[in-house]
Amino acid sequence: MPTLSQFLSQAFNGIALGSLLALIACGLTIILGTLGVLNFAHGAMFMLGAYVAFVVLSHVDSFAAALALGALALLFFGLVIERGLIRFYYDRPHEDQILVTFGLGIMMVEAVRHVFGGESQRVPIPSWGRGIVNLHFFYYPLYRVETIGIATLILLGFYLLLYRTRIGLVVRAGIEDPLMVELLGTHVRRAFMVVFSLGTMAAGSAGVIYAPLAAIIPNMGEAFLVQCFVVVVIGGLGSFPGAIVGGIIVGEILSLTTLINPAYAEAAIYAVMTLVLIVRPRGLLGAVGRA
Amino acid sequence: MPRLISSRNQIGDISLSRRSLMKAGIGATVAGIFLPYATSSGWAKDYPELGTFPAGAKGSTIFVGGVMPLTGPYSSSGKDMRLGFELAIDHLNDGSRITERIPTLKNGKGVLGKRIEFQVADSETKPDPAVQSATRYIRDNKAVMLTGGVSSAVSIALEELGQREHVIFMVANSGSNDTTGKDCQRYGFRSQLSAYMASKALAPVLAKEFGRDRKVAYLVPDYTYGHSIYDSMKEFTGKEGWTVATEQLAPLGTTDFSSYLLNIANSGADVFANLAFGADADASTKQAQQFGILTKMKYVVPNISQFQAKELGPEIMGGTYGTQAWWWTEADTYPLAKLFVEDFEKKNHYKPRWGASEIYLQMLVWADAVERAGTFYPIDVIKALESGHKVDSIYGEVWYRAGDHQMVRPVPVMVGKKPNEMKGPEDFYRIVEIVPGEQVMPPLDETGCHLQPYET
Repeated sequence: MPTLSQFLSQAFNGIALGSLLALIACGLTIILGTLGVLNFAHGAMFMLGAYVAFVVLSHVDSFAAALALGALALLFFGLVIERGLIRFYYDRPHEDQILVTFGLGIMMVEAVRHVFGGESQRVPIPSWGRGIVNLHFFYYPLYRVETIGIATLILLGFYLLLYRTRIGLVVRAGIEDPLMVELLGTHVRRAFMVVFSLGTMAAGSAGVIYAPLAAIIPNMGEAFLVQCFVVVVIGGLGSFPGAIVGGIIVGEILSLTTLINPAYAEAAIYAVMTLVLIVRPRGLLGAVGRA
Repeated sequence: MPRLISSRNQIGDISLSRRSLMKAGIGATVAGIFLPYATSSGWAKDYPELGTFPAGAKGSTIFVGGVMPLTGPYSSSGKDMRLGFELAIDHLNDGSRITERIPTLKNGKGVLGKRIEFQVADSETKPDPAVQSATRYIRDNKAVMLTGGVSSAVSIALEELGQREHVIFMVANSGSNDTTGKDCQRYGFRSQLSAYMASKALAPVLAKEFGRDRKVAYLVPDYTYGHSIYDSMKEFTGKEGWTVATEQLAPLGTTDFSSYLLNIANSGADVFANLAFGADADASTKQAQQFGILTKMKYVVPNISQFQAKELGPEIMGGTYGTQAWWWTEADTYPLAKLFVEDFEKKNHYKPRWGASEIYLQMLVWADAVERAGTFYPIDVIKALESGHKVDSIYGEVWYRAGDHQMVRPVPVMVGKKPNEMKGPEDFYRIVEIVPGEQVMPPLDETGCHLQPYET
């Protein structure tokens, strides 16, 4: 029987994990909700963010620079990919969209492997993140506590963008009904470009944040991609608050299940996803009738 | 007996009715089917067709297929293995200072006079792509031998393929006991030390260093290899009074170990034994350090990955006890190892790791067996490998045990060097003891291995 201290430490860990998942998933969900594109390259975007952090931190000792450059790089990269590749697939069937993003993901992974090799790279934890903090019931790495803060700030930025700006209004309207938005005279396709880039930026920032915690290898995004799809399904396709709620839920399930039986942690999130699909197919915060 | 001559054709008659053409065609086809059997009995030694024999051995070259992880969490091991593979084939085809010293390989002109051609396929650290590539090598390239591995799941799958297709599979890297245990195959041979051998050699060193009756927290990759080494470590450290504080099972390819490490941090253990491998070992070690586990507990890695110290740094790996199948400072003990390290480093600009050394070792042992058998016929090669003939190799004297096809070879136990102890940029480990293989082999009746009869 786990003690209170063990329970609380895993519950807290779930929030740390969940906030990271929420950040990646919010990118995925706005792309899916607005563009209707299932972005199978999203894990690779996350990975790319981590590698940008690696490159930046090998030259300057500033994590802020790594985060800023990582976010900008992925914003720009998303723009290029959207204009150069994805926009030709909006009117194609879903299978084609899946195939092209899947193929893109593979190409990105292999390109990174070609440049950096398959050996894992290291990024040091920033100086303000070293050490362990005493959270009264348990000890926890300081940097992980800080990632919750950083991820929350970025998510807050996204919230302000989506709910307090004009472009955000267009994006949310585009999620609701892209055809109507177009008919009402707004150039919704231009908004698509913004949305895709924001989505990749979200994944890339998560990659930068996660870099000091992980072994940075070209395949590192794969596990996160799958978990993100689960988050999006649970939270609701296209729902920004759903991505956050879903992220926390999945993070908590992963952490708390390891308390009982570590081998079932991964399986547990799929079990919950199945339950959600049966009981409430649109997801917890998704809208009815969304494609 | 089919009539090869139509009723209308005679020796001088060249008229070809459609019917006679058809009859001739059918006759020729039937004759063609029976022809090989008719002529094979005219050969000096009566070898039936088996696997890719004799098709793969007919020409002036032979084909060897390598299947190793070039992507996935074990890709750095795969890359090292590939370079060792290429060096071995170079040396076999064109001679080298090492092959000169092995009596059967002295002439340095390939194996049985045939040059080796090869290809390397990516197993992706998964059994299915590995089996697909290996099958292609058998069907299309008529490979006379397959080699590679790293992930034990892949190695076992390829062993089974080799058994089905009657092509020898030499397992270069695989740590699970099952590879030469319950999943052993007549056509499979393994050189790497098994989890059992590693644990048996390591446990007494651990007890001597850390004392008896310690509590251990295990991080275990949830597949055959992880379970194997967990069981063996539990068995042998148990003999020193060590107990299990917790066993945390994580899927292969996990990137975030935080929930497992939290449990480990809270387990009250004195020792953290990390059974993960490759990129998983790097991530979990890094994260364990962040959780303060490495300062609170002693760190043991029973099977150290090839580049772990390079990827994590000596600040973390210094003081860590474990085993590796081989470390390059064994060049001080074995003269052929010294030559191997020199040749490899000249070509590839880093000191070889045990991905490269294992496959290099195996290629030479296999070539020696083929030379002794005098043929590529698989069963004769298998018998040559099983004969117990000792090859003086880069690991000293090695041979395969006939009962389970496990190579009897040295087991080096080592400890990580702290930064101030290192005498060079790759001097990551100090070898504490090289345990002779015979001392740590599992008793045959405990392995669960039942090799199939030769003619299946």
